[in-house]
Amino acid sequence: MSKKSTDKITKFRKSVIFQAILLGLFTLGASSMLGTGDLQTRDDIKLRAEEDLKASIGQVVSDKLHDNDLLKNTLAIDGADGKAITIYQATKAGTVTALAYSVDGHGYGGKFKIIMAVTPKGKILGVRILSHAETPGLGDKIEIEKDKWILDFNGLSMGAPPAAQWRVKKDGGQFDQFSGATITPRAVVKAVKAGLDFFENQKSKLLTPITPIMTKEGAES
Amino acid sequence: MTIDYKANAREGIWTNNIVFSQMLALCPLLAVTGTATNGLGMGIATIVVLVASGLTISIFRNIVTPEIRIPVFVLIIATIVTIVDMTMNAWMHELYKVLGLFIPLIVTNCAILGRAEAFASKNSISASTFDGLMMGLGFTLTLVVLGAMREIIGSGTLFANAALLLGDNFSFMEMTIISDYRGFLLFVLPPGGFIALGFLIAGKRLLDNWVGANEEIESITNEIQETA
Repeated sequence: MSKKSTDKITKFRKSVIFQAILLGLFTLGASSMLGTGDLQTRDDIKLRAEEDLKASIGQVVSDKLHDNDLLKNTLAIDGADGKAITIYQATKAGTVTALAYSVDGHGYGGKFKIIMAVTPKGKILGVRILSHAETPGLGDKIEIEKDKWILDFNGLSMGAPPAAQWRVKKDGGQFDQFSGATITPRAVVKAVKAGLDFFENQKSKLLTPITPIMTKEGAES
Repeated sequence: MTIDYKANAREGIWTNNIVFSQMLALCPLLAVTGTATNGLGMGIATIVVLVASGLTISIFRNIVTPEIRIPVFVLIIATIVTIVDMTMNAWMHELYKVLGLFIPLIVTNCAILGRAEAFASKNSISASTFDGLMMGLGFTLTLVVLGAMREIIGSGTLFANAALLLGDNFSFMEMTIISDYRGFLLFVLPPGGFIALGFLIAGKRLLDNWVGANEEIESITNEIQETA
């Protein structure tokens, strides 16, 4: 290569056009990598989420309580905030034995999702955390793997304890907070209470047995 | 240019340690080191990203012009972190449930951009990959030591929940150091992280000074013996 053409290349490499194209190419490369990655993992991630959901519902609604496929026996009802809540109805021999649904809450690290199950009388069968972004080592004691705290809700209902007691101890209620993290348990208690309110308000709809949706993909909405 | 791997390893783990010497990556460091297990998890995830970003950036080091290198590096690192996040979620789901919380935090780790800028953009592919591994190991070591210190003082345990991260075979690692301990909240919270880190850095400096002084004395004695 002659000196002149090398100079030209160096000059071209310095030009704004070249920089812009190069940056554009890298962005294109990164986007296509992410796109491919998403396509490759999307189905599996969805499957994992479904498995997780099934497992978490299984934790709050024991297999003995139902003989139907919970992920297929769903109905959607608008919650207090106007967003549709998916309800998984557990039935045994045609009668409703339990209801499981997830409730959103806002904790220290942002949105979290809990799943809870209640009996037709409104008694809590169990509460579990589905996803959260609370501080590792502090707020994550709401996970059953880290702490037994979440089991405190078992057997409670609206009225037992009375509504005023549905708070953490620091706020005059009956639920423990964690050392170093009050906001997280406070938010979980609030979410569970909201879930119970939702049950009381929608009782009639929730307790009507629903016919299972028979689609190929199963229940999605 | 040949790379002295031994010197590079020593740099990554001790002399030029990301935290102790470069004072980088303090944000994720203080955020996750409440327990030694969390530190270990974050460390492992960081090693993966450091190695992958070192490898990728050194491949493109001759193509990228200096003017646009920073956005390109950030783009590459963010892409790698996102892909690691998706891959783990899809195929290593159990591990993801434990580590998932920490993966997005890696993007905020300036040490990765720092290594890209200071090393991977100037060195061969193998050297950059090795550097990523050693820097990552050094970082992991720091995270585990700091996490252990805060966990013992803060909650009286060591490697709590390690079985969740490494599998049930490692449940022997979970130890209660001080039984019936009421906890020392300050050390669990971020200020405790700063305090513990301060002591660790001071300790490392003291050790380095002490070793340095010993070497000096040795060389002086040698000189005296030679002249005598």
